[in-house]
Amino acid sequence: MADDASTGPAEVLRVEHLAKRFGAVSALTDINLRLDQGEVLGLIGDNGAGKSTLMKILCGFQPPSAGHIRLYGEPVQLHSVEHARSLGIDIVYQDLALVNQLSVYHNMFLNREIVRWPFLSNRAMRKRAREALDSIGVKIDSVDTEVAKLSGGQRQAIAVARSVFSDTRILLLDEPLAAMGAKEGRLILDLVDDIKARGDMSMIIIAHNYAQIMGVCDRVNLLQHGEITFDKRTADTSLEELTDLVVAEYRRRRTGEGNGAESGGESGGDVNNG
Amino acid sequence: MSDTRTAPETVPAAPPPPGLGRRVGAAFLRLREASILAVAIILVVYFYVNRPDFLDVGNLVTVSHYVAPIAILAVGEVFLLISGEIDLSVGWTYTFAPFVMYFAVEDYGFPPVLGIVVALLVSALVGFINGTVTVRLGVPAFVTTLGMLFALEGITLITSGSFPKEIPASAAGTLQTVLGQQDWSEIIWAGVIVAIFYLVLTRMRWGLYTFAVGGNLLGATESGIKVSRVKIGNFMICSTLGGITGILEAFRIDSIDPAAGGETVMFYAVAAAVIGGTALAGGVGTVLGAFLGAVVLGILEDGFNLLGISANTYYLILGIAVLVAMIANVYLARLRRTGRI
Repeated sequence: MADDASTGPAEVLRVEHLAKRFGAVSALTDINLRLDQGEVLGLIGDNGAGKSTLMKILCGFQPPSAGHIRLYGEPVQLHSVEHARSLGIDIVYQDLALVNQLSVYHNMFLNREIVRWPFLSNRAMRKRAREALDSIGVKIDSVDTEVAKLSGGQRQAIAVARSVFSDTRILLLDEPLAAMGAKEGRLILDLVDDIKARGDMSMIIIAHNYAQIMGVCDRVNLLQHGEITFDKRTADTSLEELTDLVVAEYRRRRTGEGNGAESGGESGGDVNNG
Repeated sequence: MSDTRTAPETVPAAPPPPGLGRRVGAAFLRLREASILAVAIILVVYFYVNRPDFLDVGNLVTVSHYVAPIAILAVGEVFLLISGEIDLSVGWTYTFAPFVMYFAVEDYGFPPVLGIVVALLVSALVGFINGTVTVRLGVPAFVTTLGMLFALEGITLITSGSFPKEIPASAAGTLQTVLGQQDWSEIIWAGVIVAIFYLVLTRMRWGLYTFAVGGNLLGATESGIKVSRVKIGNFMICSTLGGITGILEAFRIDSIDPAAGGETVMFYAVAAAVIGGTALAGGVGTVLGAFLGAVVLGILEDGFNLLGISANTYYLILGIAVLVAMIANVYLARLRRTGRI
């Protein structure tokens, strides 16, 4: 691992043999994954493959049943969402976790308010919310607007902008393009590009429809039946290859061969260092 | 305020010019409270024209005695309603609390102030039980607090033997004067409580979380807010305010009465909150609106008394007022959803 760090970009996150069981059900069996500084990693896989479960573990919402998480090489245990956030890991949920009745800036600062005891420092929050939105090029007339009045793309942008000012270094995006039109989806991908250009944030993007995110991702991981079965740079793979893999997996399940096949999950590391 | 400063930095993405939509929306929301204020003023004028003694000091004291208990209880219900819950038992917490004070002072020899503290702790415990059963066990608040309502009624009637008690002699004097006996003391307490909780709801973290929990429970959870703590806390705020109201009222009428409080005063409080623009669906509501709602109810009740109109008419008007306010709420929410205000 020390060799990796000296040759490539610094590794910010590494997940080793992570597993998650819900009672008798194994959602994740053996996850091995890494994320480099400033990198955008696409995490793709079927519905129910465990993508969201993995994200919820990485953001501190749920503890894993087994395995390790390393942050900058140091093993960490994420106790809560706040704890993960204090370590620089933040998540944008699929449902965005926005409160319709609250203003844009209150949503952006929800559970990370600026407080001048005993009162909320609304003025400071307004100002910083505006700065954060401007810094990533999000166009919203007023940060006092109720979130209910915004479009889907604007809502998503706010959820992303939340993490920009809170010193987030690793941002997890859970299906950011779900239920979004092509135009709004483009808005979000531009946003990801903008954040990537800043260079201080690494991202993991979950997507069901991987064709949409190929453009912004540096690397793609495929999550199947609770394991990472594929790991390549975007430049070294193609939509066709990914489609073939997904279709093959689909066929395999349909014909009932079951799990346990060797899919070469670990071999991806060599490709990346090449 | 800061709109004018930040607006030039942005290019409007939507048709309305910067800040306008928000300003119109805010004006409408302010109007929402202003409209209740207008109703209150119209009622005052009407009653004054028909009975000039309506504005006599003596009558204003009477009005304040109608308004104060409803206002304090309504504040608690507003916090609960915004967080998506309700407390039907608060009227019986109101009835029970002064008895707890009485037993603590008379039977256990507590000094009166300590007796009041014990009564308020018991009130808070009622809210804690309401909240815990509702949040942790997933029983709807309506059912939890309905059960608590009957349980507290039973406990109150059993322990009191269904008979009123006198204010403990050691609590008489200055303490009683401050806590309700003086003409204006109860409305002053109500004003202070309304002011404090207005700030809590609009300017403090607790208020923000209360809105978040009622507006989007899952989202609030995912943001890392301890939603159970917020909800249980609001149950405790509501029941403690119930206890405070009961004790103030007992001191005011100079008797601890098992027939005081009960369901009626609770429904008045919910009515005041609803008339004041609080939605039962959660996420929406104001303390100021609830206070004005209580003022309207108090003016109506007193005015009808003065005019010699029967209480039956009062109930009819109360019913219509609640319905009109609720329909307005639903309609407003629809307008806001479709972005028309």
